[in-house]
Amino acid sequence: MLGYAFRRLLTTIPVLWIAITACFFILRLAPGGPFDGERPLPAAVKANLAAYYGLDDPLLVQYFSYLGGVLRGDLGPSFTTADFSVAEQIAIGLPYTLIIGSLAFVLAVVLGVLAGVLGALYRDRVADWAIAALILLGLVLPNFLIAPILQLVFGLTLDWLPVGGWGGGALTHLVMPVTVLALPHIARISRLMRGALIEVMNGQFIRTATAKGLSRATVIRRHALKPALTPVVSYLGPAAGYLLTGSIVVETIFGLPGIGRYFINAALNRDYGMVLGTVVFYMVLIVILNLLVDLLYAWLDPKVRT
Amino acid sequence: MSVRPLALVTALALCAIGTTPLHARTLNMQNGGDLTSMDPHQLSGDWENRIAGDIFEGLITEDIQAEPIPGQAESWEISEDGITYTFTLREGLTWSDGEPVTADDFVFALRRLMDPANAADYAYLQYPIKNAEGINAGEIEDVTQLGVRAIDERTLEIELERATPYFLGALTHYTAYPLPQHVLEEHGDDWVKMENIAVNGAYKPIEWIPGSHVLTEKNPSFHDAENVSIEGVKFFTLEDQAAAFKRYRAGEFDILTDLPKDQFAWMQENIPGQARVEPFAGLYYYVVNQTEPPFDDARVRQAFSMAVNREVIGPQVLGTGEIPAYSWVPPGMAGYGEPETVDWMELPYPEKVAEAKALLEAAGHGPDNPLSVQLRYNTNDNHKRVAVAIASMWKPLGVEVELYNTETKVHYDELSRGILQIARAGWLADYNDADNFLNLLKGGVDYNYGRYQSDEYDRLMNEATAEPDADKRIELLHQAEEVALDDSAAIPIYYYLSENVVSPKVQGFESNAFDIHRTRWLSLTD
Repeated sequence: MLGYAFRRLLTTIPVLWIAITACFFILRLAPGGPFDGERPLPAAVKANLAAYYGLDDPLLVQYFSYLGGVLRGDLGPSFTTADFSVAEQIAIGLPYTLIIGSLAFVLAVVLGVLAGVLGALYRDRVADWAIAALILLGLVLPNFLIAPILQLVFGLTLDWLPVGGWGGGALTHLVMPVTVLALPHIARISRLMRGALIEVMNGQFIRTATAKGLSRATVIRRHALKPALTPVVSYLGPAAGYLLTGSIVVETIFGLPGIGRYFINAALNRDYGMVLGTVVFYMVLIVILNLLVDLLYAWLDPKVRT
Repeated sequence: MSVRPLALVTALALCAIGTTPLHARTLNMQNGGDLTSMDPHQLSGDWENRIAGDIFEGLITEDIQAEPIPGQAESWEISEDGITYTFTLREGLTWSDGEPVTADDFVFALRRLMDPANAADYAYLQYPIKNAEGINAGEIEDVTQLGVRAIDERTLEIELERATPYFLGALTHYTAYPLPQHVLEEHGDDWVKMENIAVNGAYKPIEWIPGSHVLTEKNPSFHDAENVSIEGVKFFTLEDQAAAFKRYRAGEFDILTDLPKDQFAWMQENIPGQARVEPFAGLYYYVVNQTEPPFDDARVRQAFSMAVNREVIGPQVLGTGEIPAYSWVPPGMAGYGEPETVDWMELPYPEKVAEAKALLEAAGHGPDNPLSVQLRYNTNDNHKRVAVAIASMWKPLGVEVELYNTETKVHYDELSRGILQIARAGWLADYNDADNFLNLLKGGVDYNYGRYQSDEYDRLMNEATAEPDADKRIELLHQAEEVALDDSAAIPIYYYLSENVVSPKVQGFESNAFDIHRTRWLSLTD
């Protein structure tokens, strides 16, 4: 197992290199530079800025010096936040994203699995339809619509929760952003869970277990749940990747200092260092999460272990 | 930064979460974008100015209405030729770490600003200082050649290239703030870290979480500290106006520095007096490319300008009542009086359209030879609304308009390379003088995007720059404006508005053309 994990990690190195290289050159192909804006800068000032950030070196020199930096763990400076390097900014924003993302992840798994099991057990009955309807809503309503509606209802009209802000991490501040983040994942997980459980419940071994005289609850708990979780687990990797890299919409609407907005803002600002830094960070994170999912797979399904 | 410090900082940041200090009577302000740096030489945005101007103070500062008043300097003398300024600093000034503020700190800061190695965005605002431009462009290597010198601890002399009537105003700008030389020498680039920084303004920064907020608290060593009422300010980074307004309604913010335009009517109805929409020293305009047909013909330019129904754009298209612009210089610039206006301003709109049609026809563009133009704007809802409205106003002239939008960086990159037919642009005054706007139309200037070229205009502008007499200079600037308007050098559309939402709890927030409201003049009631 360890050898497998190690081999998997090794293969990510060329992938990472290709991603950095492609990203580096594509960024430079994009029109407009980091110092273009509403207020044009005199040529002398632009030249000074380019020299300051090494942007006046030949592109290949910049490329190799960036690669060298990454190898040393240095992601370079950010053009838009001079006081913090790219690595420092990721380090500052990450804890917020991790807290909100992991809470949303737990909420999505618990509610999603629960709703899926209920849907499967009460298949084609009222409860199933009700859950399906709610889930459909969760899937089709985009977060940039749900978030302001929640703010309006729970923040302003009912005045139960603060409208936005981190608020020192108080639970009341986290309820709305975590819910908004989790909703689409609750929906998808419950669909996956429902479908898989219905299929598993039709299996021969379940019929055997029932024939042995086990109660329905025991059959589900002891025999059906584990195999039915396999498709859910395969979805958890991408879901965790999505949740832990933050969401620009949720962070912007609720005014949270996570890392979700870095990538898009940096791309718009032509903050080359920040774009590359977030790409490197996301890739490492996603590779690790996928590895975890694969290991979890092996535990759930003995066939994979060989 | 290596990997291990990254982990350490993460751990520290995790500990820091949840320990944000609470302050009684702290002002909560939605401030828009994130700060670039605590270093004034790195800044360029108005949201950054709000913070920088609270924590630092220049020789001159802004009063409650943003008029220049003595700041760190208690008095000054200007030589008769208007070239040499001698400032006397207040007695007993100190940095927030207790070290004295000296004339040397100003000399140090201005030399650093001009040093090309420091790449200050906004260095050019202090180009009126002798040799500043040469040093910043790398033509003069010795920064001590800069026309700034400390005569003694409290006396500073600044020598200019030429008499510059707005120079005192320029000194209120953050590019002219002093820097704590002793801190920079000790900590290098890390001087801006919270634990190192020393400031001389009414407030000092105590916490900065990028993406969330900057928190300041009252600086007891500020020279006017006894008259500073508010204990501290939390400047929130938040660019979603709709979300910000909800938080304002919930009482989480005391001041919004922008407002969601679609909510403006609601605000006027339900919270009258809280939305403060006031004229602002800025111009929203369209540039037209004069290096190629059809806009190399002044008649075509005038026709396009005349057909813009400016009266409906502010009240109906945008909904906040932006004031129609028929001049190039916005009203209210220091000493300039009423700006010149186009001579067809008073015509009723149908007559404007009729004359525009006649002008186009005279230029050879009738129903048989219809014009088709591309209108560029940077992606933004308001720019889009204006562009759609104006395209429909040009339609009756028989003009087909293609709307083309790109993100801001691309838009301005292409404009500066002359890739445009008609394009949206805007300008906010850097300092309180009309030449700030008029310079945009000078030949050979980078941001003369339409490449307007008039020898007479350039001659008048150059004469104005060289003119020592203030009244004569203003007269020359007026003449230049008239030339530009007669040539339809560009299409002014409206003057910007400053848009703040201010809670009734906040006292002392006075509207002004520069939208500068230093916290030291404000107070909070419960």
